[in-house]
Amino acid sequence: MLRVAIPYGLLSSNQLFKLADIADKYDRGYGHFSTRQNIQFNWPKLEETPNILKELAKVEMHAIQTSGNCIRNITTDQFAGVTYDEIIDPRHIAEILRQWSSFHPEFALLPRKFKIAITGSKKDRALVQCHDIGLEFFKNKNNEIVTKIWVGGGLGRTPVIGSVIKNELEWKHILTYCEAILRVYNLYGRRDNIYKARIKILVKSLGIEEFKKLVDEEWKYIKDGPNTINSEELNRIKKYFSEPDYKKIKKDSLKSHEKDKSFNQWVSKCTNPHKKKGYRSVIFSLKETGNPPGDASSSQMRAVANLSEEYSFSEIRVSHEQNLILADVQEDKLHELWIKAKKYHLVTPNIGLLTDIICCPGGDFCSLANAKSIPIAQSIQDLFEDIDYLHDIGDVNLNISGCMNACGHHHVGHIGILGVDKDGSEWYQVTIGGNQGNFASIGKVIGPSFSAKEMPIVIKKIIEVYLNNRNEEEIFIDCVSRIGLDPFKKYVYQNSEATE
Amino acid sequence: MKSQLIKNKNIVNDEWITVELPKIEQKIKMQAGKVVAFKLSGEDYPTDDQVIKTKYPETGKILLPLKVFRYHQEKLNKRFLNKEIGIWFSTHEEIHKFIEVLGDLNNFPLIAIYVEKFSDGRIFSIGNQLRNKYKFRNELRALGDVLKDQIYFLKRSGFTSYLIRKDRDPNDAIKSLDDFTEPYQGAFDILDPVWKRIKR
Repeated sequence: MLRVAIPYGLLSSNQLFKLADIADKYDRGYGHFSTRQNIQFNWPKLEETPNILKELAKVEMHAIQTSGNCIRNITTDQFAGVTYDEIIDPRHIAEILRQWSSFHPEFALLPRKFKIAITGSKKDRALVQCHDIGLEFFKNKNNEIVTKIWVGGGLGRTPVIGSVIKNELEWKHILTYCEAILRVYNLYGRRDNIYKARIKILVKSLGIEEFKKLVDEEWKYIKDGPNTINSEELNRIKKYFSEPDYKKIKKDSLKSHEKDKSFNQWVSKCTNPHKKKGYRSVIFSLKETGNPPGDASSSQMRAVANLSEEYSFSEIRVSHEQNLILADVQEDKLHELWIKAKKYHLVTPNIGLLTDIICCPGGDFCSLANAKSIPIAQSIQDLFEDIDYLHDIGDVNLNISGCMNACGHHHVGHIGILGVDKDGSEWYQVTIGGNQGNFASIGKVIGPSFSAKEMPIVIKKIIEVYLNNRNEEEIFIDCVSRIGLDPFKKYVYQNSEATE
Repeated sequence: MKSQLIKNKNIVNDEWITVELPKIEQKIKMQAGKVVAFKLSGEDYPTDDQVIKTKYPETGKILLPLKVFRYHQEKLNKRFLNKEIGIWFSTHEEIHKFIEVLGDLNNFPLIAIYVEKFSDGRIFSIGNQLRNKYKFRNELRALGDVLKDQIYFLKRSGFTSYLIRKDRDPNDAIKSLDDFTEPYQGAFDILDPVWKRIKR
C-alpha cells in the first residue's frame, strides 16, 4: 500500500488528475481516501514506487511522513475558509505546522505515530479531541487569536478523549508549545510495547497535571525562541489562502427547482452553507451503496477534477468522513452540477445519514485487520437503500473498523462496529453513543458480538428502537443519551445468536 | 584499523578511548508478543556490579560510562581537571537526575550518548536538552546503532561527532550530513526557521 499525503485534505484539480492517472497506470483504477484526508493506493508494485513518487513530485505531492513513528499529516476542517461558522481559518496554522513538522530533526523516531488536528470554527469538524494534539482556535475576551490545546486523545485500541493542557495559548507560541509536548512524549513515551506507546497512555499514566508540569518545564527554555511565529510569517502564509474571485449574487436561485424532490434531498444533505451569499459547498458522497466507503475510481476522480475546474475554482477537499468536496459552488449552478455529477455516481444524498459510513479498508486489503469491514458496510447500505426511509431516520454516524487500530473511528460513531477475531472467525462488536465534534464521547459496547450475517439486522433493530422512542425532531444520538443503552440491548439481543 | 568516527564532515582518528561496560546476560523481556528492544527511561541499567567491574586505562583520554565516572570521581579528579575525561550514557538514563552532581557540564570536553537501537529517537531530544537546557558547548557524540539515516537529524539536534556502526561505511554515512540544504524549522545547527532566514 502506498499512502500519499494530502496536507489538510486540500487538492488542486491538477493533483487529482495526477492521482487518477496513477490509479490507472500503477493500481487497479481506483484509490481509497482515508480518514486522515490522505489517499491510499492498495496495489502498486514495490519496484514501481520510485516512478510513482516521481509522478507525484511533478504536482508537488509526496508520501513523506505518511507512515512511521513521526508526525503525520496535519488535518483540519474540510470547510475551512468557506464555512459560515468560522472564527479563524485553520489552514494557515495547518500549513505552518506542516512546514515545521516536515523532517523535524527531533521527532523523526517517536515512540509511535503522532497526529495533530486543528479547528477554527464553532462546530468542530476535525475531531480535535480525538488526536494526539488537538488545537481549537478562537478569539478570547480581548479579541486575540488563541487556541485551546487538547492532548492525549485518540481512538485505536484504547480510545480516549483528550485532556485540556492549555485553555488559552497565543497563536504565536504554537510551534514551541507543540515542541515541548513532543519532547516530553519522545523522552517518556513507552517504547517497550507498541500498544502502549501512544501519547494518550503517557498522559493517562502521569495524569494531565504532572504531564503539563513536564511540558511547561521544557517550554520555559524555548518559549519566545526562534521558532516563535511572527505576524509577518502568518500574513505571508495567509496570502496563499486568499479568497477566490467570488461573484456578487443577490437572488435566491434554489427556489426554481422547488419541485425536484431528489435534487432538493441532495441539496439538503450534500451541500453546506457558505459564508458568501449565493454560494454553497458541495459534498460528493463516496458512499454509494455497493461502493467501498472512501473509494473513488479514476473516472470519478477525473470527473471531480473537471467539475472543480468548471464550478469551484479548481480546488477539491478531502474530508475525514472520506468524501470529496467542492468548497465554492454558486447556488445557481447547483442543479447543473448535480446532473453532471450524477453520471459518475457522486450524488447519493446520504451525507450525515446512516449509509454515509466511515469505514477502514478492513480484512479485504489490510494485513492488520481481524475482520472484513467493507462487506459489512455494503450489507447495511443495501438494507437501507430506500432514500426516503433514510431521510426519515435522519442524522446517524455509522463507523466501522476492521480491528482495534480503529482506522474507521468506530469509537466516535453514533453506532460503531468493530471487527474482532474469535478463534479464527470474524465477529463484530457493536457500540452506541459515540460522538465526534465539540461533545465528543466514546461509544459503549452493547453486548456480545455478532456474525457478519446478523449485522444488517442488528443495525435495523437499533434504528427501530430509536424510531419508536424518539421525540419529535430528536436525532439518534440525542435519543440514545436520553433513554440510555438498555432499551437497545433488550431489543437487539431478543432471540439473537450473539456470541460471548 | 580504519576509523568509523565522523567529525567536522571528515573521517578522523578517535583520540578518545571509549570504555565499555562488562557484558551481562540480560533477560529477554516480552511485551505484546514481541521481544522488547528498548530500555524504558529511568530503567536501572547498568547495574552496580557492572559499574564496579568496569576497567579503564590509567592514562590517556578516556570516554567513561557516566556511572563509572561517578563511582571513581575522586580518584579521577586530576585527569578530570586535565580534560582527559569524557562521559557517555544511554538514552534511557535520565539526565535531569544526575545533572546537578556533575556540576558544569562544560568541564567535560566530550559527552557521548549511546543509542542501543536505531529507532530510539530519544537521542535527539537528549541532544537538544544538553544544548539548550543544560548549555553544553563541547563535543557531543552519538554512539551505538548510529547509521547514515540518523545523522542529519543528529546534527540538527546538537551532535557534532558520530561513531558509525562497525559494519557500515562512514564514507557513505557522511554524505547524509547534507541531506537537505534548507530545513524548514529552526534547530541547533541553524537556529532560525526558513521564514526568518530567507525573504520570500
